[in-house]
Amino acid sequence: MSLITNFPLFTIVLSLFSGVLCTMLSGKTARRYTVSYECGLIVLVSFVLYYTIRTGTSFTYVMGEFPAPWGNEIRAGILESLMALIFLIVMLCSVLGGARFIDLDIDVSKVNLYYTLINLMTAAIMAILWTNDIFTGYVFLEILTLTSCGILIVREIGRTTLAAIRYMILNLLGSGLFLLGVVLLYDITGNLLMVSMHKTIEAISGQGGNLVAITMALGVLTIGLSIKSGLFPFHFWMPDTYGYATPTSGSVLSSLVSKCYILLLFKIYYRVIGIDLFERLPIEDILLVLGMCGIVLGSVSALHAEHINRMIAFSSAAQIGYIFMGIGIGGTAGYTAALFHILAHSVTKSLLFLTTPRLSEASGNSLLFKKLQGSGLRDPNTGFFFGAAAFSMIGIPIFAGFASKLLFASAAVGCGSTWKLIAIMVVLAVSSVLNALYFIRTLIRIFSEGEDRRRTTVKHGALFHISMSTLIAVNLALGLFSWVFTSLIERGLAMFG
Amino acid sequence: MNKSRFLSWLYGETDVMEDILELDETSDESREQLKREKRRLRRELLRSGRAKKVIGAETKGFYALYHVVAVVSCIMLIGVLLFAVANLPRYGEENPETTEMVARYVEKGVEETGADNIVAGMILDYRAFDTLGESHVLFTALICVTILLRLDRKNMRKTYEDYYAIRGERFHDISREAIMRNVAAVLVPCIFVFGIYVLLNGQNGPGGGFSGGAVMGAAMIIFSAAFGFDKADRVFSKRLGAWVTFAALSFYSAAKGYVFFTGANHLENHIPKGTPGAILSGGLILPLDIAVGMVVAFTMYGFYNLFMRGK
Repeated sequence: MSLITNFPLFTIVLSLFSGVLCTMLSGKTARRYTVSYECGLIVLVSFVLYYTIRTGTSFTYVMGEFPAPWGNEIRAGILESLMALIFLIVMLCSVLGGARFIDLDIDVSKVNLYYTLINLMTAAIMAILWTNDIFTGYVFLEILTLTSCGILIVREIGRTTLAAIRYMILNLLGSGLFLLGVVLLYDITGNLLMVSMHKTIEAISGQGGNLVAITMALGVLTIGLSIKSGLFPFHFWMPDTYGYATPTSGSVLSSLVSKCYILLLFKIYYRVIGIDLFERLPIEDILLVLGMCGIVLGSVSALHAEHINRMIAFSSAAQIGYIFMGIGIGGTAGYTAALFHILAHSVTKSLLFLTTPRLSEASGNSLLFKKLQGSGLRDPNTGFFFGAAAFSMIGIPIFAGFASKLLFASAAVGCGSTWKLIAIMVVLAVSSVLNALYFIRTLIRIFSEGEDRRRTTVKHGALFHISMSTLIAVNLALGLFSWVFTSLIERGLAMFG
Repeated sequence: MNKSRFLSWLYGETDVMEDILELDETSDESREQLKREKRRLRRELLRSGRAKKVIGAETKGFYALYHVVAVVSCIMLIGVLLFAVANLPRYGEENPETTEMVARYVEKGVEETGADNIVAGMILDYRAFDTLGESHVLFTALICVTILLRLDRKNMRKTYEDYYAIRGERFHDISREAIMRNVAAVLVPCIFVFGIYVLLNGQNGPGGGFSGGAVMGAAMIIFSAAFGFDKADRVFSKRLGAWVTFAALSFYSAAKGYVFFTGANHLENHIPKGTPGAILSGGLILPLDIAVGMVVAFTMYGFYNLFMRGK
């Protein structure tokens, strides 16, 4: 037992404690504390990643003196630690990059509560990534749901309150369905530990037993989590939720929270149901179709959006569609593409959500396209950051977006069915064109001269530049060295089941 | 934008709560006038018998469709779930592993956790990590309610009496009632003692942190309602609540972190189990119950305070 194996536990307990501690601090101290301890978490998680790469296996960690299945257990492999590392970097950059707007949007007396929620959310994300127990997953899912509603309502304007109520109702529906699925699976297997559940399910399916109940449970779980993450028919809450929240919240919700739900769902498919059984069930094809619908319709809605944040939010719906399409394609290539896209999208989308408020600030605090004319010239630094993120979304080479589109295409070639291949290629082509249409239109709008040519007087602060540059650096690393990340994800998948 | 009403409603572009949620700057008089005007309009509408027509024209049968779809999908979900339940394997017969976990808890629970109450042993010892999360769920809910209801520059209703004034009702101060105060004087100590009993006996019988804390929170609310906020503030001030919640949750995280750490690394954890049945038994269960109880009690009392007066 190396000391490093304790680190996943530390990340969870430390985040929970930090959340409680921030209620006792002032807003400013809470920010400094949050930033510094998240740096600490990044170091801890990097050690875990290094350790799992070096040993080449995942390790389980017993929570308490009773071994699983009686007690709780967490498990860390390459995939989990890689996700945790990138998510923590995005979280840190979101907090740093949006700090000015946190102070502007939120009442002074409640800023520390905002950091409390952010820290509790970090704890929940960490726990969902590490957990090996489906009920622990549910408990921390609840924390994630509550904190995500909390960071929406904290802005205290009518629009976000309404969006938060809507978001909460849909999220609670999702949680309820998830719990229902967990109950059904518990009834079938008598276990909550993922590995033990898998054993029983394998025994049932191996004997040619009744799969109806398992399929139903899986269906309920899938619907619950896809409502929460915003798969195609359930994507209509996205623009309001992401579009009007304070920038840090929008960035964290779109790039981390929805991805966490997908990762939990993927963990259930991979570890609980087992990939052999999952590929025999029809759920895969349904996800593929819904994902493709999400890609096309999300992009079309983004074309029609009347202000920039709604456009980005609708584009999130399309990107969630990509991820589910990857899961639907199946096979190691499909899953690798989906997981890589989770990373690429979370790095890119957070950058977009953090830069648009600066552009609007340079254009009289308006997010409408009309007013944004020339904002990239008034505020060139932010315009540059926005442009880089937009290029990644379109899929220009050397950026992460290009690598993930390439991965999807090559996964589709290897999937074995001609019809699937044609459908996926058509969808990829159509969506790339649509993506390019609305992002290039926005870029032209932002960088063409408008009536107002004065440079903005708003000071950015070094921390904003550092955090944005970090995000772009991670984005470029994902794009240029995509083979490193895909090989890591493939090795992680091998030890994930 | 040439979008249909339905699409704009679906994507939330129309802000139906605009007048309700945004703080408007109108004075009380004009608000009264508006209200009177609204009432008059509604009366007129109902009298002329055109109400149905107008509402129907506004929604164009959308709500009818909405209800039909809602009912149909609920019936379908019920049918599907009933079908799934009918297909569940029989408990413990078709796959005997299903009883494996329960058997261990029942057979060895008392011996391993030192608690007579197996449920307490399960939630606070075997699966303590889940309960650690669960108590933080409660804490998160408290933070969210605080954000919504605590008064600040954006949320500026003055006192709870204002709400009654806006609604045109008179605020009735319950703490001026002799019956309330005299009954509360007798009841509150009893409820408190009962709450403490429930809290401290979680490891031996039914009870524990969540239920005991709820009873104590109820006693605090009754005290505050009967004797007024001023007196209650002297005993359970906001500051005390914050400190107690902070201390309880930090203790919880620290204690459980220690147990997880020692357990996983196969170190001895120096926490005596005690004899099952005694009040000092069950290892960490009693202190954790107290911590959870404090959090629950102050959360309930905090909710009451926030809803009543926004502090």
